Amino acid sequence: MTEPLIRLRGITKSYGEGANSFQALRGVDMDIMKGDFVAVMGASGSGKSTTMNILGCLDVPSGGEYLFRGHHVEELNRDQRALLRRKYFGFVFQGFNLLARTSAMENVELPLLYRGDAKTERRRAAMEALDRVGLKEWWDHTPAELSGGQQQRVAIARAIVTRPEVLLADEPTGNLDSARSREIMELLSDFNRNGITVLMVTHEPEMAAFARTVVHFRDGVIERIDSNAQHGAVG
Amino acid sequence: MRSTGLWAEMYGTVFLLALRSIRRHLLRSFLTVLGIVIGVAAVVTMVTLGNATTAAVQNQISSLGTNILQIRPGQGFGRGGGGPRPPNFDMDDVRAIEQQIAGVKAVAPQVQTSGTAIFEGANWSTTINGTSSAYFQVQPWPLASGRSFLSSEEQAGKAVCIIGNTVHQNLFRGGEAIGQRFRVKGISCDVIGILSTRGQAGFGGDQDDVVIMPIKTVQRRFTGNQDVSVILVGVDDAYSTTQVQASITDLLRERRKIGEGKEDNFNIFDTKQISDTLTSTTTLMTRIMAAVAAISLIVGGIGIMNIMLVSVTERTREIGIRLAIGAVSREVLMQFLVEAVVLSCLGGLIGLLLAQIAIALLSPLMQVPWTFDAQINIIAFVISAVIGVVFGYFPARRAANLNPIDALRHE
Ligand SMILES: Nc1ncnc2c1ncn2[C@@H]1O[C@H](COP(=O)(O)OP(=O)(O)OP(=O)(O)O)[C@@H](O)[C@H]1O
Ligand SMILES: [Mg+2]
Repeated sequence: MTEPLIRLRGITKSYGEGANSFQALRGVDMDIMKGDFVAVMGASGSGKSTTMNILGCLDVPSGGEYLFRGHHVEELNRDQRALLRRKYFGFVFQGFNLLARTSAMENVELPLLYRGDAKTERRRAAMEALDRVGLKEWWDHTPAELSGGQQQRVAIARAIVTRPEVLLADEPTGNLDSARSREIMELLSDFNRNGITVLMVTHEPEMAAFARTVVHFRDGVIERIDSNAQHGAVG
Repeated sequence: MRSTGLWAEMYGTVFLLALRSIRRHLLRSFLTVLGIVIGVAAVVTMVTLGNATTAAVQNQISSLGTNILQIRPGQGFGRGGGGPRPPNFDMDDVRAIEQQIAGVKAVAPQVQTSGTAIFEGANWSTTINGTSSAYFQVQPWPLASGRSFLSSEEQAGKAVCIIGNTVHQNLFRGGEAIGQRFRVKGISCDVIGILSTRGQAGFGGDQDDVVIMPIKTVQRRFTGNQDVSVILVGVDDAYSTTQVQASITDLLRERRKIGEGKEDNFNIFDTKQISDTLTSTTTLMTRIMAAVAAISLIVGGIGIMNIMLVSVTERTREIGIRLAIGAVSREVLMQFLVEAVVLSCLGGLIGLLLAQIAIALLSPLMQVPWTFDAQINIIAFVISAVIGVVFGYFPARRAANLNPIDALRHE
């Protein structure tokens, strides 16, 4: 068996100090293979976002081991984690988190800017990413001029513009109606078929059905992991 | 991995970003940099005008000539009032100084009056200065044309005169004057020389507005007595003016019969001493004013820090997004630092502009020439940039150290 892309062992996360401390994660073990499509489900407050943040190197666990491509992430410093994010991860946040008063194009360009790509290259890649999410014509619109579904697609374009290894999406369809949600899911499935490992938090079983693996969280631990048998047929 | 070109482009982008964020809050940005604007404008204006004043004072005094002692009756500037007027000097005093004091190059008596000069229907009221040809040995004031008095003319008290440039312009319209005869205070006077231009005096107006005649002529025809009101003494370069001053004091005390322990009833000015005193005074004034102005620069810096802190708080979410997307701390730090520096430099530039306007408006009022002091302009601009770095660093640091998760959650 090949080495997993992501390996979590005994990951814990507590917030606060002393008597007020709250343990959001209480020993999470997880292996994610390259090319997997994982849906993370669970009640509100069960630790889904916390796990995603740790996976995406945005946050550090309080305890346990996180190996990404065989390297210990929990030992990296702030800037090393930033460089890791820049290189391997794409994020779609809970809530869209686009820069206000900034065009769709510039939002999508942002990760390339920090990667140090030249302007013409940035423009080309950003346009291509916007095309992938069907917003080529909307490139000069600011978030305020876009619908919720469109904003989410801009956020997705921004996440995939660097051709990341892993795409992390925290409730990417949380604010959308089911037709828009399905469009988003089609996009994610499409990226997954092209080799991007996708992890996605969702509350809706209908959306989780797009994934190959479904991880159920409960009170800071993984309750069970399901495999979607029909996924293979779709993909 | 990255070429320097890309880095340059990246910082170019950061610069544009800073400009955009300043433009977005134009009024706020302007109010923020007001302190810097005023500080830079004040520092540059003060220092430029102060230096110009010092230079003007030095210039005037050196045009009077250094190593000159000016002897007047009375007890100096401040002590005019009360008591009988101290007696004037006479030609014997002048000769005594000339003959008995070592280190004296030339001694010129002086007596002044005023009157209206008339020439072919032109009227010009001016100062009439009675002196001897030694006047031109005491101080460097060359003739533009013509000649000085002959000793025969001085002894005979002839009505000959040397005119200043202002008189030349106003009475003779700048035309041929030597050999002409004009009337002044009821006598006719032959022009024998024209003085070169000397310019404005600091306290007493136009030095070129003068008619110089032999002292004997002025005494006999105008003042009607033998008094000499000022004695100018040119001191030999090899001698110290203080020492010569002391010897003259002793001599005059004796001649004026001032008893032991009594105060002098005359005073002796050393022009060099006055020059030094005035120069150090104006320099000190300049420094004090510059220091006061510098304080407003610091206040301006605090204003920038304040608004940058507000900006960091307002844009916490933006910072969160940038960090989450993979910006390293230094890049976020640079973004806010560049913004602060761009702000303060803009303030500095506006300040420099204001300063030039203020200097242009104030220099005629202060009777100094308009000057552009490149050095102080550059220094003030660099200081405003440094203030941006110093006071922008703390807010930028705060932005760079934000936790991405908390920043993203920020409302
Ligand atoms: N910064 C924080 N400080 C304190 N407690 C926190 C913090 N972040 C999360 N928590 C707590 O940790 C627990 C897990 O939070 P998390 O955001 O992972 O939940 P979630 O599963 O994503 O929920 P939801 O479906 O509502 O998004 C929650 O009880 C939350 O209150
Ligand atoms: Mg969540």
